[in-house]
Amino acid sequence: MYGWIFRALPGPLWMRVILSVMLVLAAVLALMLFVFPWVSQFNPLTDSTIGSP
Amino acid sequence: MARSTMDAAPETRVGRPQRARRRRTPFQLVAQVLGELLITAGVVLLLFVGWELWWTNIDSSIKQEQALEQFFSDVPPITAPDPVQGGAGPAAPEDFGDPVVLPQQDLVGTFGVVYIPRFGEGYSRPVTSGVGTDVLDNLGLGHYPGTGVPGELGNFALAGHRQTHGQVLDQIHTLMPGDRIYVQTRDGYYTYVFRNTEIVLPDRADVIAPVPTRPDATPEDRILTLTSCNPRFGAQERIIAYSVLESWRPIGAGPPPEIAENVARAAGQG
Repeated sequence: MYGWIFRALPGPLWMRVILSVMLVLAAVLALMLFVFPWVSQFNPLTDSTIGSP
Repeated sequence: MARSTMDAAPETRVGRPQRARRRRTPFQLVAQVLGELLITAGVVLLLFVGWELWWTNIDSSIKQEQALEQFFSDVPPITAPDPVQGGAGPAAPEDFGDPVVLPQQDLVGTFGVVYIPRFGEGYSRPVTSGVGTDVLDNLGLGHYPGTGVPGELGNFALAGHRQTHGQVLDQIHTLMPGDRIYVQTRDGYYTYVFRNTEIVLPDRADVIAPVPTRPDATPEDRILTLTSCNPRFGAQERIIAYSVLESWRPIGAGPPPEIAENVARAAGQG
């Protein structure tokens, strides 16, 4: 799968390396900014309130 | 297994790396994609742990500083303690009469600051109304709606994370009886003295009753209750820290000398 993505990227080798690094960074950023904050509300381990507020 | 007996003649194995790529069976393709997805899932889970334990603290500190800035822009300028009284050394707390308390309807947004020297010299955290994830995950300490206000007869109850999201109450188990916890609002400074901690199950809502654990009793003390999760990195229980009001100072009298520097730092930082 990742091999296929890498081969599908345009340009010479150095450009594909840079593009794939950018893709990875974009994925990490999307996870940190949108996915993780959303998932976090279902994490019971960080619940510090008492009763049912 | 059945497949390997079908196509694995000894001589075809020699050049495997190249041929394997060209002649992948559907099964191999599925196995490879599945494997890559599983590895990705593992990496994403590790990233989530890193985000939760590390990044949320950075994120929350930034938002707490903004909340402090907002708070200090609304309160009157901080006056230094009266030099005459300050020079008298750690004398008995002065008596300013009954504490002025905030009206319940003014408990909106960030309405106070908590200073706990036991948690570190510069420990100052905003107190915000509400205990939803929007408050606790971003702004540190949250005030249980409906519980008392600082200085009032009854129970001023706060919640905060033990780990992650600023971990504002990480050191709650290090409080010693006699430790001071200072609460600042726009009206003044309320000095509470820590009394004891208690570990309870998460459904024990009675610890934030006006008289903790006795919902029907009439309050006679001015209590500050902190709740957080227990054990650290877990949430099977809750750790509760009770403190009792010792004294208060109106905002015009300046902060208690012991935390004058902290207040100045928190205000200047903002």
